[in-house]
Amino acid sequence: MEKNNLDSLDTIFQDKVDREIKIEPKDYMPDAYRKTLIRQISQHAHSEIVGQLPEANWVTRAPNLRRKAVLLAKIQDEAGHGLYLYSAVETLGADREDTIDDLHEGRAKYSSIFNYPTLTWADMGMVGWLVDGAAIMNQVPLCRCSYGPYARAMVRVCKEESFHQRQGFEIVTQLAQGTPVQKEMAQEALNRWWWPALMMFGPNDADSTHTAQSMKWKIKRHTNDELRQMFVDATVPQAELIGLKIPDNDLKFNEETGHYDFGEIDWDEFWQVVKGYGPCNTERVSARKKAKEDGLWVREAANVYAEKRARRNKKVS
Amino acid sequence: MTKQEALFEFLLRKADDSLILGHRLSEWCGHGPILEEDIALTNISLDLIGQATELYKYAAEVEGKGRTEDDLAFLRIEREYKNVLLVEQLNGDFGKTIVRQFFFDHFEHLLYEGLMNSTDERISAIATKTIKEIKYHLRHSSEWVIRLGDGTEESHNRVQASVTDLSRFINELFFQDEVDEILINEGIIPDVKTFRVAFENNMNKILEEATLSLPEEKWQLSGGRKGVHSEHLGYLLAELQYMQRTYPGMEW
Ligand SMILES: [Fe+2]
Ligand SMILES: [Fe+2]
Repeated sequence: MEKNNLDSLDTIFQDKVDREIKIEPKDYMPDAYRKTLIRQISQHAHSEIVGQLPEANWVTRAPNLRRKAVLLAKIQDEAGHGLYLYSAVETLGADREDTIDDLHEGRAKYSSIFNYPTLTWADMGMVGWLVDGAAIMNQVPLCRCSYGPYARAMVRVCKEESFHQRQGFEIVTQLAQGTPVQKEMAQEALNRWWWPALMMFGPNDADSTHTAQSMKWKIKRHTNDELRQMFVDATVPQAELIGLKIPDNDLKFNEETGHYDFGEIDWDEFWQVVKGYGPCNTERVSARKKAKEDGLWVREAANVYAEKRARRNKKVS
Repeated sequence: MTKQEALFEFLLRKADDSLILGHRLSEWCGHGPILEEDIALTNISLDLIGQATELYKYAAEVEGKGRTEDDLAFLRIEREYKNVLLVEQLNGDFGKTIVRQFFFDHFEHLLYEGLMNSTDERISAIATKTIKEIKYHLRHSSEWVIRLGDGTEESHNRVQASVTDLSRFINELFFQDEVDEILINEGIIPDVKTFRVAFENNMNKILEEATLSLPEEKWQLSGGRKGVHSEHLGYLLAELQYMQRTYPGMEW
């Protein structure tokens, strides 16, 4: 295509975005926009799938029938989110299995939070309350993302995420109101999960490479720091309500700004986990890889059987 | 044995079947061979845990000693679990999980059809709700048996090996004792002997389409209904009961 032509297509595209008209799969979009979306949506899909693992770690040890069922249903939702998101990636011309291979070969990332271990039952509460809580902050604005299929997938996902956050908070509340042992279990878990949850929003705005462009394309609506602040403001009163202490001595409500001030995140830890050296990076990726490898014969059988059937049907008709 | 005792025992047996199999299937969560099957196995697991909950609730009421559904599910010792041996067997590969499910679903389908006509209203209500779930499970496991049996050479060999291996647990599904006698006389449960032939015909029809077959030799195990299990159950219970045993008497 002529350069002039492309320029005008880009202008039309940006104009649509500015006017909040959704971009659909068959519409023109700049290559960089497509690439950014493929990267972001597939990372999001991987996060849902890898995110099953820390919670699946407690399914067989859930303390009663109701908790077992709720936890299982919650993890199943996450698998469903993965499915919608992989479908959204495919509308951009990427192949689901290829993007999964990228994950398995370390070429694609997923949310670092899932590289932390779930060590006690209280962690099921923390994951729901804090991790799903932070995910909601990130995902609600994505319901208005400029790319139609992603925005629509997010609408479905967000409905379920609020149930996830509630079931987590319910677990934590039960513990906080329980015996001293249970209360301690909850506090200890909060101590471990609080900072990693804040890291879920990514680097500070000053260090965030993609934010400005993503905001211009209306893939992103808020900066990392804005979202992190929203999360802190929403979560601190919840912790106070149930009598748990946020492990941050610098945390203080600022009357002037109307927001909570909070301490500095340990960015060394953040980058270490992002680069693959968190507590469970190796375990998470190898569990997913193993599932795919162990399932290879099943997928082959299903394909071969489908072909046989199609052939037989052809003969009959 | 009184009618009440027999009813309690029957409910425990069926609740334990559902709980233990539901637990086994939940072990697949996050590790399924494809995402769609991860979701499907979790679905079936959820149905089974839901069924177990209903049955334990009723069992606890029938017993009338103030125990709850959770007490029954989590706080008995190994010999007090009355599930059939089939459901506690290890998941193995996906094909083995499917074959285990296939045998179980075929039995459950006929049993619950009978239970829908139970003279016990609570049981017939539970059965009417459960039969819908079982029909879905049955369709799911049967379709996979066909796919894997008539798929590749590898899948055929794998799934045939599982059919052969697990077939020794089939007969126990039809176990009967005094408990059943009392309840059959009361019209509370069907006599499973009456659908043994249908069970075998239904299964064989699908196995044939799948190019699979049950072994000639009828080597049969039992013991589960009397609380004598395979070595696998103890480990399963160690996980299942971990929280309740470690933190006695707490609410979660
Ligand atoms: Fe999710
Ligand atoms: Fe979630």
